[in-house]
Parts: sequence; C-alpha cells; structure tokens
Amino acid sequence: MEIKEKLIEKILLFIALSSISILALIAFFIFGEGLPFIWKIGPHAFLLGERWVPSHGEFGILPMIVGSFWVTLGALLLGIPLGLACAIFLCEWTPPLAATFLRPAIQLLAAIPSVIYGFWGLVVLVPLVRTYLGGPGLSILSGSVILGFMILPTIISISEDALRALPPYYKAGGLALGATHWQTIWRVLIPAARSGIVASIILGMGRAIGETMAMIMILGNAVKMPSSFLDSARTLTTNIGIEMGYASGSHRQALFATGVILFFIIMILNSSAIVLSRRRVE
Amino acid sequence: MVTQISEGLKAEVKDLNFYYTHHQALKNIHLQIAEKKITALIGPSGCGKTTYLRCFNRMHDLYPGNRYEGEIILFPDQLNIISPKIDPIEVRMRISMVFQKPNPFPKTVFENVAYGLRVRGESRRSLVEDKVEKALKQAALWEEVKDRVQDLAFNLSGGQQQRLCIARALATDPEILLFDEPTSALDPTATSKIEELIMQLKKEVTIIIVTHNMQQAARVSDYTAFMYLGEIIEFDKTDKVFTHPSKKLTEDYITGRFG
Repeated sequence: MEIKEKLIEKILLFIALSSISILALIAFFIFGEGLPFIWKIGPHAFLLGERWVPSHGEFGILPMIVGSFWVTLGALLLGIPLGLACAIFLCEWTPPLAATFLRPAIQLLAAIPSVIYGFWGLVVLVPLVRTYLGGPGLSILSGSVILGFMILPTIISISEDALRALPPYYKAGGLALGATHWQTIWRVLIPAARSGIVASIILGMGRAIGETMAMIMILGNAVKMPSSFLDSARTLTTNIGIEMGYASGSHRQALFATGVILFFIIMILNSSAIVLSRRRVE
Repeated sequence: MVTQISEGLKAEVKDLNFYYTHHQALKNIHLQIAEKKITALIGPSGCGKTTYLRCFNRMHDLYPGNRYEGEIILFPDQLNIISPKIDPIEVRMRISMVFQKPNPFPKTVFENVAYGLRVRGESRRSLVEDKVEKALKQAALWEEVKDRVQDLAFNLSGGQQQRLCIARALATDPEILLFDEPTSALDPTATSKIEELIMQLKKEVTIIIVTHNMQQAARVSDYTAFMYLGEIIEFDKTDKVFTHPSKKLTEDYITGRFG
C-alpha cells in the first residue's frame, strides 16, 4: 500500500515537473537564440532603432514597440470602462436568472478563436474606418477596437469575482449611512475590490500585448513609426508571426530577440497582477 | 396591553407586521421610542429583534420580496418611514446604523468618518474636517487617532474600529442611532468602553440597541422590550422589566431558564 502511494506521488511529481519544464525550455530556447543577437548589435540599436530592413541587416524594433504600446493602450481605453461597467451591472443589478445566461455568454466571448475576431474586424470594422474616418482602414484604431472586445471576458470575469468576493457588510454599511446604490458602489465597493480590478486590467493587458492572429489581419503590418491612430502599424507579436516562416540567419535571431522583449513585458505584467491580487485588503 | 410612556416620543410603531416573502417575522408590533433615551430589544435568537431594528432604516429594502405592513411614525414631522412612498435613502439619512461586526471601509480613518458627508455632497473642506473631528470626539476616539487619521482604518483595534463606525454614523447628525449587537465581536474592555459611549450619546441622539447580553441591556438602557417569536411580550422601563417583570415568559428569559 505504502509503496503504491509513493509511486503515485512520484509519478504526479514527474508530470508536474515536465509541464513546468516546458516553460523553462521555451525560455531557454528563446533567450539562447535572442540574447546573443541583442548583445551583438547592441541593445540600443535594437530597442531604439527605427528601421527594420532585415535584408540590409537593419534590425530596429522601436516601431513595433510603439505599435504594441498604442494598440494595447487603445484596447484598454475601450475595454476597461466597458468591462468594468459590465462587471458592476452583473454583480449589482442583473437579476440572478438573467445572470445565469449572461455569464456564459461572456465566457463564450473568450472562446471565439482570434482568427474569427480578425476576420470580423477585416470585413466589418476596417471598411467602416476607411469610409468614415479615412486612411487605409487597416489601422491602430481598428486593431484597438477588436482587441478591446477580446480582453472583455478577462476584465469582466475577474472584476466581477473581486466584487462578489466582498463581504456583504460593506454594501450594507455603505447604504445604512444614507448613500444611494451608486454612491455605495463607487465609494465603497469599487475601492474595496480595487486590487482584483487592477489585476483583471493587467491580465487583460497581457492578453492584448500577446494577441497575434487578429492583429496580423487588421493592423496592416506596415513597418514604420505610426503617426496617427488611423495609420497601419505592426506589433512585436505580428512581427514574429509574419516573418518567422521565411527568416533565416540573423533575421531569424532578430525575431527570437523580439520574442525576448515580449517575454519580459508579459512576465512583468503577470507578476504585477499576481502581487496586486494577493494584496487583498483584509 | 403595551405600556404607554409619558416622555417625549421620537418614534411610534403601530401595527407593524413584517414578512420575508411568505414568512411572517414580526407580528402586530406596537412600541413607543422615547426621545434621547436608550431602548433595548432583547430576546432569544430568532425572536425578530434584529429584523425589527432593521425596519427602522429600511435595510430590508435591499432584498426583493420583503414586505412591511403598518406604520413607524417618526416625530416631529410624523413621517411614516416604512411607507413605500418614502425613499429609503431619505430614511437612512435620518436614522443611521452600527452593525454587529465592525465594518470600516477600506479607506483612511478620516475618509471613513467623512463618507456620510461626502455622499450628501458636502465638499467644503474645513466643514468636513470640523465634522469629522467632532464625530471622532463624540465617539471617544479622537485622542487615540488624532495623529493617524490618514492611516487605514484596518490598522485600528477591533474596539477602535467599532467606535470609528459609531463616529461614522454620528458625523451626519442622525436623529436615531440603531445598534445591532454592537459589542458581540469585542472583548470585555472594548465592550465596556462602547457601553459607556452609548450612555454618553443619549444626551444627543435617540438610541435603539439590540443585544443578546441581558446585563448589557440592564446597564445601558432606559426602556426594554422583550421579544419572542416575532412579538413584543413585554415593554417597560428597564428596571421594571428586570426587577418585576409582569409576564412569566419574560421572567423565565431574564432568569436564564431559556434562550
């Protein structure tokens, strides 16, 4: 009996370690290919170079960093108010029966493959932007809107959990002093759930930065510094996604190096989400 | 049947029935609340005393299906505070509540006390500061926290947190202050401080307190109502209820034979 228990324990340990070791292998591989390259051309030239012409040996990824930044910022500008409003509504006003239908619908939003979002954006949103706002349509604005929708399920479900986890005496206490429902939400419940809400935003941000397929389809993929939100752009992820198929030599290494930068950004975002959500106010 | 009191009245409860959907939790309650006195509600668990207390600031309105019948008349303007025509917000502005468990908000000591003023739209800084200081002094907390009003309220001890909640309720000058077993989560030292404070406060505000602790009711209150199964069994001056109860049930309860 005891031997059997020990055996099961060891097997589970092995399985657990092998899934974690995948992460280690990916990190090892990306860093092994990417870091020497960054070292070779210099972090300065790589991170702040404005020209990306692999055939001439020019590997500056600043336009992509800027592209990622704007698209993500745009997604958050749309996703945070929409997501928070949705979470508050689900938590505070939706009748329980309606919520049982709405919640899975929101989860479904997360289950839609990103290529479908990209397709919808390309067919519906891009022509709208082109017709009514000008520019190529394939733009930071279109990408931001689509990404804003894509991060909604993350923001809604985690914020709603944070609001729902609050002890009921916050709400009762807030109302008992003569506040309206909205005043109680705004002045008591949201501040009390702040750490969870911030974590939801950071995780949404991580998702936005990492999104590739939909962005390849919508952003237009131009390698230049975007000068307005109606310009085409390229993000760090789409840069890898588009070019990896045919890259070789230092071009290939440069794409791995792009991955290193992405890896760092995502790691920083995720760990800050973990730290913030742990710091729940007792 | 129920003793009439001869002092000035702050509220009068007439024929109050209360239902949680189909379950009737309060039956034909008549009661007079004397102004600037302390009225204690005692009785065994489930007798309806907390339900009754919560009628006074319409806390039952939070859940659909709850229903009030009858009247709670608030003086001097004779407003029936449980009438569906009356906005519960308006009632809660005049009748404030302190809960069983200290429930400071995740804010600073200062902002906790200022909350009631802020939701009433008060933004004049000096006025808010004055009122916060006054409320903290009334709640006998000022001396302990005056140097750390910008600290988070959670850093205070349990007893201090409860006095903070009292200060928060006092800051908006309520006419009636409701206490729902305010010391049940506190140690004896903190409890005696709160009791002392409640007795001080009756100079300024009418108080209704629900308590499990009969000694507490005997120590602090002027009037006591004994409740059982959703009804008021006996209501009188506190010393009368505790020394010469007129009902057998009351006597059995206060002598510890049940409950």
